[in-house]
Amino acid sequence: MNANTIVDVKDLHVSFPLEQGKILNAVKGVSFQISEGKTLALVGESGSGKSVAAMTIMRLTEHDSAVIDGGKIDLRLRSGETVDVLSLPLARMNDIRGADVSIVFQDPMSSLNPVFTIGDQISEAIVRHQNKTEKQAWEIALNALQLVRVPDAERRMKQYPHQLSGGMRQRVVIAIALCCRPSLLIADEPTTALDVTIQAQILDLIRNLQNEIGMAVLFITHDMGVVAEVADFVCVMKQGKIVETGTVFDIFEAPKHPYTRALISAVPKLGSMIDKDHPEKFPVVETVETGV
Amino acid sequence: MKMSERDVTEQIETRKPLLEIKDLVTRFDLKNGLFGRVYGRIFAVENVSFNIYPGETLALVGESGCGKSTIARSIMQLDRPVSGSIKFEGQETIGVSPKKLKAFRRNLQMVFQDPFSSLNPRMTIGKAIADPMLVNKLLPSAKAKQRAGELLERVGLSREHMNRYPHAFSGGQRQRICISRVLGLDPKLIIADEAVASLDVTIQAQVINLLMDLQADLGISLLFISHDVAVVERIAHRVAVMYLGEIVEIGDRKSVFRNPQHPYTQKLFSSVPVPDPRLRRSELNLNFDEIPSALQMPDFVPKHLPMLKVSETHFVRETA
Repeated sequence: MNANTIVDVKDLHVSFPLEQGKILNAVKGVSFQISEGKTLALVGESGSGKSVAAMTIMRLTEHDSAVIDGGKIDLRLRSGETVDVLSLPLARMNDIRGADVSIVFQDPMSSLNPVFTIGDQISEAIVRHQNKTEKQAWEIALNALQLVRVPDAERRMKQYPHQLSGGMRQRVVIAIALCCRPSLLIADEPTTALDVTIQAQILDLIRNLQNEIGMAVLFITHDMGVVAEVADFVCVMKQGKIVETGTVFDIFEAPKHPYTRALISAVPKLGSMIDKDHPEKFPVVETVETGV
Repeated sequence: MKMSERDVTEQIETRKPLLEIKDLVTRFDLKNGLFGRVYGRIFAVENVSFNIYPGETLALVGESGCGKSTIARSIMQLDRPVSGSIKFEGQETIGVSPKKLKAFRRNLQMVFQDPFSSLNPRMTIGKAIADPMLVNKLLPSAKAKQRAGELLERVGLSREHMNRYPHAFSGGQRQRICISRVLGLDPKLIIADEAVASLDVTIQAQVINLLMDLQADLGISLLFISHDVAVVERIAHRVAVMYLGEIVEIGDRKSVFRNPQHPYTQKLFSSVPVPDPRLRRSELNLNFDEIPSALQMPDFVPKHLPMLKVSETHFVRETA
């Protein structure tokens, strides 16, 4: 593994056993790597396996009865040690999750516990991973909340999730993910549930924090507009496989795979109609609708 | 009746409006306790006025909670407006008899966001499409079934799908089914409430193209409600931007997109991610302003600033 590489996924296969002996092969031979301070966007439509691939890095899919059929995931920890994630005992994984790798999910309301205060929930991760007292953890948590630019952070620490707006909740989830300064942040559609003005704020925040902390980011999204805003490298996934990979400029300026081209041409571009007097249809895109 | 895009625009200037909304106000009281004490009020829609002309698309854009869907529901009178006037082809529709209301609703049909919950899982597609025609006594049963098959073909599905149940279809196909169901009533206006928001982007493009084809062929007006500014720029003839229950800017698409006047419109447009990595913004905006809540005390009196004229077809609300 290269000196700057944080995570190296090689030929990952994940499947889910279904009823009557059927098997759903969700991820079929996916490989990618991310270097320190870089952002890789994993793009694809719903059901393409992008979330399963990312969550397997944290070994979260096994709780959903997934079977990891093959492959290797090397992860560089903050200590500099490199581990093979797929062969670690689960007790060791618990030390790594939330400390060396963190994840931010799409829906901030279901990621937060409704009966604990914001302060308690951020402190919990710090007490678990950093060997601090609760009082020290509260101070670090407050700093984390200020880091994600939550206004009036001291008051917010004592509030409950339902008292916050969607954008504020997502900031809290990001604060929890970043309070231990992970080497890899997995962001699984973190802005899909948010309004576009809030989305712009959260994307700017993630980019800014990446500059400050220097972490690698694995960004999962289906929105090519978001990809253009945040990514250094892009992997396009379809039906469990990576069909194209390249720098963000390669993908947008010279897409090779027909699916990538379809994905890009279907994205409405604000300003593309500025000189047109009348509404216009989207360019015809040939894709096959796929069911499960 | 086939109309080209140009015909539509010319007709907009000369024709009478299909739907006239004037000073529409919809509020919801929050009550608690045994006697239903009103402890708060949501000012969802405040003094909204606009017209929709035959064959045009008016897009309503805004963020969640700004009252877009409440406007749609108020027009259908699924939520009763507090005050205001809704005229359809010159006829007032607020406070009319249930029979007249039913006839009015036939002309206006809604397509909702979630195609999974808007189709009955126990009803075959053929029956689901034929049902509105039977309820409105448009056609006898056998003919309604025949028509359902034709409508399915019209939206790009096949007649053989009639005997299947909704679970056999993908999200995009279900949304096509919902569209064919409303076409059975020959509506003059379709209200599409975030009708493409839950679809993948390639499917979204196909469904929008279908709506535009239908509009060109049948001359149907569209009230297209969306939070996605880039989609709206593609489909709309005119655009209304909503903020906190009010329309803050309304005008023809070209003028609003080229020359947005209201600060909120400008902020909304500049927040849309540009799908071109060369145009990535270099400076990071770490602001954290939030939209205020529409929930207020019951005795709250909202302030209304007047609309200013930018051009003959473009109006903006004055800013304080």
